[in-house]
Amino acid sequence: MGNLLSLALTTGAPAAAEAAPALLNDQLGIVYALLGVALATLLAGIGSAIGVGMGGRAAAGVLTEKPELFAKVLILQLLPGTQGIYGLLVAFVALGKIGVLGGEAPDARTGLLYLAACLPIAFVGLLSAIHQGKTSVASIGLLAKNPKTFGKAMLLPAMVETYAILALLVSILTVSNL
Amino acid sequence: MIMKKDYIFEDARIRVMETGLLTKADFEQLLAEPSYAAALNFLKDKGWGGPDAPKNAEALLQAEEKATWDLMEELLPQSPLLNTLRLSRDYQNLKAAVKQIYTDSALDAERLFVEGGTIPSAKIRRALEEQDPEQLPEEMAEAAAQATEVLARTGDGQLCDIILDRAALKALLKAGKEAEDPVLNEYAQVTAVSADIRCALRAARSGRDGETIKEMLVEVPGLDLADLTEAALNGRQAVSDYLALTPYASLAPALSQSMSAFECACDNLLIERIRPQLYESEKPGPLVAYVIARENEIKCVRLLLSGKLNGLPENVLRESLRNSYV
Repeated sequence: MGNLLSLALTTGAPAAAEAAPALLNDQLGIVYALLGVALATLLAGIGSAIGVGMGGRAAAGVLTEKPELFAKVLILQLLPGTQGIYGLLVAFVALGKIGVLGGEAPDARTGLLYLAACLPIAFVGLLSAIHQGKTSVASIGLLAKNPKTFGKAMLLPAMVETYAILALLVSILTVSNL
Repeated sequence: MIMKKDYIFEDARIRVMETGLLTKADFEQLLAEPSYAAALNFLKDKGWGGPDAPKNAEALLQAEEKATWDLMEELLPQSPLLNTLRLSRDYQNLKAAVKQIYTDSALDAERLFVEGGTIPSAKIRRALEEQDPEQLPEEMAEAAAQATEVLARTGDGQLCDIILDRAALKALLKAGKEAEDPVLNEYAQVTAVSADIRCALRAARSGRDGETIKEMLVEVPGLDLADLTEAALNGRQAVSDYLALTPYASLAPALSQSMSAFECACDNLLIERIRPQLYESEKPGPLVAYVIARENEIKCVRLLLSGKLNGLPENVLRESLRNSYV
């Protein structure tokens, strides 16, 4: 707004009116792209925090009675934490291309494309981490009953991870190729 | 932001505790123990009574009951969730207090009252002594007043018991219906069905008429009190035939067999109905089911130990063997 105002004062209103859409276009591009970065980090991170929190509460319940299972339940608790890392990874790649950590600021159209590219890992990350957390809780219960089932117990929540990985691939490939 | 309690920690801890419950194989082994002392040692080896296990069987069983409720108090401090399971103790104490005051008995309170109810037994006794019903919940105060009046007028202790038992069942059904978890409703309904049938048959045997019997029973979903009363007047087999037409048909063959087989079938039905809780998480159901399973297990062990002490043969004891939750 400051740029538009000084342009209007120095060159007159008609010139400012011509320059306004171009300036707005440039600025909106980075806004859209940063919105995508924020969503990828926030939603995937929130999902992971919820999932790991659920796993942690179940792990604490088991460890109260069977402290010897610490290493095994810790792995199950941490499984839903990966979505947050995926979100962060996509965010870093995007930041490196939109003029924050490198590259140059995108125009509005490209900014919107960055936003769209970040959405898969943002939403799939959020939901898959919560559901992976629930599956981890069930697997911790399974482990509590029979510690020998650790391999099977770990595979069940790991299956949910598949969909987070697919979303990560789509987001990262799109962001990298814009 | 108010987060709804999710019971993840509590359920996970209960999952571990469930591994300590006696399995079908454990019950078989207990049954096969050659003597009372050997059966007691088997339980101690399983960790019953803790490191300083009492030598007396009753003390051992009471220690296990206390350990279960202590665990629940630790997991759900001051939570009303399990009050439905505690209600029967309140009414047991109420019955004791009504009779103690009527007979002016100087018996030791420890022998008459049980702890672990929702209301301290001393408070129940004080409310009756001071004739201050406001100290008790409304339904309990009403039942106490009615039972006291009947006892003073007729001196009939059995009638007093019937009034209080009926009030206890009504309170249990109401609490089950309003409870946070549907498992408690299952518990209340199976308990009430079992009590209704036993009460109807007992009353019919003692020569009470149909109208009186019907008044003694409580409404339970799935049971028609008029049909049940009519069947009770025609004997146990008629009740069994009637039961076969209700949602509790699985209890009918056991009722045909004997009353003890029927009681065993009721406990088994309850265990079957709560068994899905073994696979639930994030809900209070597994906690409630664990307490029910534990009480059922202790009841079964008490029967087996008492049978062993009295030298009953294995085939007789086997009849009282309940299904294991795990």
